[in-house]
Amino acid sequence: MQTLNNKLSQFIIPLVMLAGLILVPNLPTWITLTVAGLAMGMMIFIMASGLTLVFGLMDVMNFGHGVFIAIGAFVATSVLLSMAGWMQAENAALNLLAIGIAMAAAALVAGLLGWAFERIIIRPVYGQHLKQILITTGGLIIAEQLIHAIWGPEQIALPRPASLRGAWIFGDVAIEKFRVIAVVLGLLIFIAMWLVLNRSKIGLLVRAGVENPEMVETLGYKIRRLFVGVFVVGSALAGLGGVLWGLYQETVSATMGAQLMVLIFIVIIIGGLGSVGGCFAGALLIGLTANYVGFLAPKVALGANILLMVLILLWRPQGLFPVASR
Amino acid sequence: MSDTLLQLQAVHTHIGPYHILQGVDLHVPRGRLTMLLGRNGAGKSTTLRTIMGLWQASAGELTLEGASIKGMNTADIALRGIGYVPENMGIFSDLSVRENMLLAARSGPIDRQRLEWIFGLFPALRQFWEKPAGKLSGGQKQMVAIARAIIEKRKLYMFDEPSKGLAPVMVNSMIAALRELKQQGATILLVEQNLAVAHALGDTVAVMDSGRVIHHGSMAELGADAGLQHRLLGLSVGAH
Amino acid sequence: MIRKLLSGDLPNSRILTTLLLLVLLGLLLTPFIFPGTRAMNVAAKICVFIVLAASYDLLLGYTGIVSFAHTMFFGIGAYGVGIAMSRFEPGWLPLLLGVLAAMLTALVLALLLGLLSLRVRTIFFAMMSLALASFFVILASQFSDYTGGEDGLTFKLPELLSPGTQFLDEPWLGVDWNGKTLAYYIVFCGSAALFLLCLRVVNSPFGRVLQAIRENDFRVAAIGFNPVTYRTVGNCLAALLACLAGALYAIWLRYVGPDTVLSFDIMIDVLLIVVIGGMGSMYGAAIGAAIFVIAQNYLQDGMKLLHGGLEGVPVVANFFHPDRWLLWLGVLFVLSVYFLPTGIVGKLRQRRK
Repeated sequence: MQTLNNKLSQFIIPLVMLAGLILVPNLPTWITLTVAGLAMGMMIFIMASGLTLVFGLMDVMNFGHGVFIAIGAFVATSVLLSMAGWMQAENAALNLLAIGIAMAAAALVAGLLGWAFERIIIRPVYGQHLKQILITTGGLIIAEQLIHAIWGPEQIALPRPASLRGAWIFGDVAIEKFRVIAVVLGLLIFIAMWLVLNRSKIGLLVRAGVENPEMVETLGYKIRRLFVGVFVVGSALAGLGGVLWGLYQETVSATMGAQLMVLIFIVIIIGGLGSVGGCFAGALLIGLTANYVGFLAPKVALGANILLMVLILLWRPQGLFPVASR
Repeated sequence: MSDTLLQLQAVHTHIGPYHILQGVDLHVPRGRLTMLLGRNGAGKSTTLRTIMGLWQASAGELTLEGASIKGMNTADIALRGIGYVPENMGIFSDLSVRENMLLAARSGPIDRQRLEWIFGLFPALRQFWEKPAGKLSGGQKQMVAIARAIIEKRKLYMFDEPSKGLAPVMVNSMIAALRELKQQGATILLVEQNLAVAHALGDTVAVMDSGRVIHHGSMAELGADAGLQHRLLGLSVGAH
Repeated sequence: MIRKLLSGDLPNSRILTTLLLLVLLGLLLTPFIFPGTRAMNVAAKICVFIVLAASYDLLLGYTGIVSFAHTMFFGIGAYGVGIAMSRFEPGWLPLLLGVLAAMLTALVLALLLGLLSLRVRTIFFAMMSLALASFFVILASQFSDYTGGEDGLTFKLPELLSPGTQFLDEPWLGVDWNGKTLAYYIVFCGSAALFLLCLRVVNSPFGRVLQAIRENDFRVAAIGFNPVTYRTVGNCLAALLACLAGALYAIWLRYVGPDTVLSFDIMIDVLLIVVIGGMGSMYGAAIGAAIFVIAQNYLQDGMKLLHGGLEGVPVVANFFHPDRWLLWLGVLFVLSVYFLPTGIVGKLRQRRK
């Protein structure tokens, strides 16, 4: 029975895509929806992966994770608005370069903020879950207000660069250019994470630390440094994800981080807390579901993801790909 | 003294409100195997954990090779040259046997010769090299745990009840492995309840009760004195 | 007799007692002392928020559970009244039915929440409550036929509570005695009763078990109490109390809308009140709620002055903009979690000992 459940979990994405194909009568529409769903899923994966890994490794749930998403998006906005020339040009190379610089800046700032956040806010409350939740929520409130203070109270528009607007048309099928970029980027990041986790000593340490941090220390490794490293990388990734999301929505607002938290929680719960692979699967699942249901039954769309989470929890309470833990 | 590798003096450990170690005096001579015996709850595991820095001693002195290790963090203590196998083995189930060993090899890649020697002691490890450690049987996991501790030469090896739950044939493999380790001149601190193991391997013995070391002497002496055994441990060597 | 009323939980501090009496008398005599609609609005909101905060403290301070669904239950109570009064002729029976229906819904959802996080591991419960509350907000805006969607519902109350109903033709003691005044006193008495109920619960054997569970649920289980049962009951109780608070608020406002009774901003406000005022202290929640609502309405005027004064300094001025008062509250909140785990009231009570 357990192997059946495991096998089913592994095939869930293709299964959902197939279900979508059956329910959506029109092949071109299905393709558009699927690409949209994958793109959305990839972005959420990038934003959520840090959170789930931090929880698995440090037993810390950062309710303020949205801070890094929002800050990343706003930093990128400032950078891109100052590079308006490069963004307006019809030159794909310039556009991508501009975005690349913005993303690097966002990741850097978010990572630094993550380092400070871990030091000041999280370190004093290791092991105390109640206080963690309260303090990280407080951090989120403060950060939102800081963003308002620095960037103003209004939403800021973040238009996509010239060459990435619109869609490629293949016959009946329309595929938004930006979404393809998101999918490619998401895949690259996932592969990079997979390689680090499974083929490098650091990855080994992280995987071992998720299961038994004390034993890792008795083998002679300072687990605290690992914690900080993972936290910073997770924050930087969240910032990166924020940039993509901002460009996707073409607007950034101070509350975007908090708003995304619900979706991110759903994703990591579905995937299994602490599991990067689970997070990937969960994110894609949510993206696809949101888009398929959004097309088939728009009224239910927003709530569909939560219903999906409930269903999956009833089937597999530990999530799709649970990790061995302490 | 230069032939004492590890020394504990009047060590107290509190865990929350509980006063577990109440003045432990222990010295582990270099190049010998010291048995730490005692009933359940005597404080043997807590002593090992205190040495490793997993619990901080609330009072007393701990010195390794003359240098104090009190108050140091676990990773630094381990890097001083201690290989430790805890009571629950601490195997990483999601990692393969190879990956478990790789983590333990602090100074770089695994020494091929040493690994061959280990495979000689525990042949099953070669078979399960790439398998996730979680899929192994209890006895095989114990082998991995021990192999991990001895993959590199350490100043001190500490084992916490390595024979617990093992089938007799496994216990023999384990005894053979530790004997070979001894022959290499290793210093070992071994916690056991299985007195046959104690008798087979022990040079010196320390007996604990209620958080203190109540007897310190040679294994030979303890083995010869049934009355002493009975008083200290409530059983006799021959019983196992 | 006072002892019995307060369930043996005396304030034990002169400052605290003074503050409490001030709040009590202030609220009781608002129509007399503070003329004008704005003052009555603030007072009614304080009454309701005291119950909201006290019931949240039951969860957070006494049981050790963080929930982000508390305002959802508040909203359910409010919408219960709103929908009943909109769909049926305003009368006492529909009002009662609306409240009862809301309480039933709240109970079911509280049980569902408990069931889904049966491990009731703090973190998991918090995440699930967030998801559930979001789901509910979405539902409320989607089923706009019933709930009035984004605009909300404006409705009438039974004759007796209508502002148009005059009891005395002439003002007496400076107060215009009409339906609205009656409504205010219903809100006041209702809130007082619910607050005293909270005190009763936390000072009962049940409340003590909850506190024990907060400290160490293994030990409690070992003694023979099932932590899951107690947590679930605590959760349901808090939900019902919030629900009733919502109903009272709807009776006062004669309006319900997503921004007024369901928004996450309210959830954050309650969280701030309870932590800063004092987790594990009903009086802390009460004082905190009073100060918070007053500040929310009147402090911003003060901040405007400060902001005006800093006009010249570029970025720093923004930090003191009246809209940014939440920033400072957030900082106070974080500091409270670190340094004042029992909140300001806890510190006051400690001094006495």
